[in-house]
Amino acid sequence: MEILTNIGLNHYLTISALLFGFGLFAVMTRKNAIVILMGVELILNAANINFLAFSKFNGGMEGVMFSLFIIVLAAAEAAIALAIVINIFKLFKSVDVSAIDTMKE
Amino acid sequence: MFQLPSGAEIESIIATLKSSVGFFVPEIWLSVLFMLLIVVDLAVKGRKNNLLASVAALGLAATFFFIYPQHSLATGEIFFGMYVLDEFALFFKYFFVISGILAVLVSVADEQLNRDVQSIGEYYALIIAMVLGMIMMASSTDLLMMFLSMELVGLTAYVLTGYLKKDARSSEAALKYLVYGSVSSGLMLYGFSLIYGMTAETNIMKISAELALHGYDPLLMMLASLLILAGFGYKIGAVPFHFWSPDVYEGAPTPITAYLSVGSKAAGFAILMRFFFVAIPHGGEPFQDIAGLDWLMLLIVIAVISMVYGNVVALWQKNVKRLLAYSSIAHAGYVLLGIIAMDELGTQATLFYLLGYLLMNIGAFYVVILIANRTGSENLDDYRGLGRKMPLAGAALTVFLISLVGLPPTIGFIGKLMIFSALLAKGSVYIWLALIGVLTSVIALYYYMLIPLNMYLRDSKQPDEDRDRTPIVHQVALAVLMILTIYFGLFFAPLTDFAKASSAMFGLSIY
Repeated sequence: MEILTNIGLNHYLTISALLFGFGLFAVMTRKNAIVILMGVELILNAANINFLAFSKFNGGMEGVMFSLFIIVLAAAEAAIALAIVINIFKLFKSVDVSAIDTMKE
Repeated sequence: MFQLPSGAEIESIIATLKSSVGFFVPEIWLSVLFMLLIVVDLAVKGRKNNLLASVAALGLAATFFFIYPQHSLATGEIFFGMYVLDEFALFFKYFFVISGILAVLVSVADEQLNRDVQSIGEYYALIIAMVLGMIMMASSTDLLMMFLSMELVGLTAYVLTGYLKKDARSSEAALKYLVYGSVSSGLMLYGFSLIYGMTAETNIMKISAELALHGYDPLLMMLASLLILAGFGYKIGAVPFHFWSPDVYEGAPTPITAYLSVGSKAAGFAILMRFFFVAIPHGGEPFQDIAGLDWLMLLIVIAVISMVYGNVVALWQKNVKRLLAYSSIAHAGYVLLGIIAMDELGTQATLFYLLGYLLMNIGAFYVVILIANRTGSENLDDYRGLGRKMPLAGAALTVFLISLVGLPPTIGFIGKLMIFSALLAKGSVYIWLALIGVLTSVIALYYYMLIPLNMYLRDSKQPDEDRDRTPIVHQVALAVLMILTIYFGLFFAPLTDFAKASSAMFGLSIY
């Protein structure tokens, strides 16, 4: 029961690795542009958890700062991403990335 | 857990910030210019495309005035090790400002951009922001600054790619660029977090010292290097991370394609060199030290596939922008060869090659823009017979393509020569790499020469006997680029000396 009562670094790292895996899975298998962007957010948050956990157990402030900046930039990226997706929907009447493929060699 | 800083500590922090600002003047000027362009756009009514372009170009030219005095400043870290000022960073400051000026120039030439876009207001401001971001990419020495500057370049590039809002291809390109870009920056961040976990540092010099002192798990290091390489490799457009580039290059407005293919690619190389040369431990000679082998092997594999894939797939392309996209993948492979040599000669060759690539690639896209103004298309078949109707553009494109192949007497030849000789100077280990480079250049000869073949030796299907209507400004600018490409192929000593002086990187110990 040690593993359940004492939360250590490995618990955080496992969660973040799982999140990273889910995010990557979503990016690779989903067709909807919005869901792909959600997968990207999962990857970013996995990195966030890593930074915070390492910061807690290594005892420095850099990780906390890093994750704050990641949160802000993720928001900026989401704003631009949604603007582009809305424009895509106006032009293609769909946000399915497999349908948006007009350029071919 | 964390103590509030005392009054004396705050005083010293403020003193450091104040002393660092003096080393940061060109970046501050670019930020001012960015805001100035937005204000000019708001204040002036009516059609102002040329006004904004000239403000942007003059402002960028004024940046040289702020960069040049920095040569006399002391090399070193500023802003608590977040940022660095050294000859390597200064080289890229010049490089990105020149590429920004050329990007403004080709944007003025593009009729489609100036006709179809209702408001060009933010366009030039975003180009300035991208110059700023790329300069910061080349100078950051902290994982946090690296991430922030890469995102600054990335986010502005997504917007610029999708700038033709009503054009489906442009929007599609923006979406693809965005999806691949955000995934690869996510992967890179995860790699950064692993590095931070191993060392508890974010400054690359301190990371290097920490890894050398305490050692590390090779498997974890390999994983982290691979993830970080996904982020950098996406910026340089090398093979496993290249999927975005053909579609983005074809769909984006052509001036932005030209700008991305040179600027953002060079920024990727700058950050890749600084990160891998400084942060990850290496034992001087490659192959003597296992730690150095990790990422060097990765780079060799990437370089070889990039050269082969880019050159072979380009053979079947019918769209000239797409063809140049595949050729730019191949060129990423050639530049990586210079990095693999991992010594002063190799860095010098890499920097020189990037300078040459700036001239010849922007030049080639310049001609593509001028031809698209006339024919409204970028298809290879529509280039038929244009050599006689647009004599200057035809001659210039031929020169740029010869330079891209790497034939004398052009700057591209000297660049390839320097890269291959840097590899051969390392002894027999890299002969096979240089050989692959030479052989793939021969493949490149075929698809590049298809364009002059169509322009000069085949007749066009539609009768089109208009005379050349290219404005005189663009004719002169194009002629200057063409002459420079040949001139520096013959008298290359100033540029090679400049590249040699610029290969000094702060905190570097491999050569």
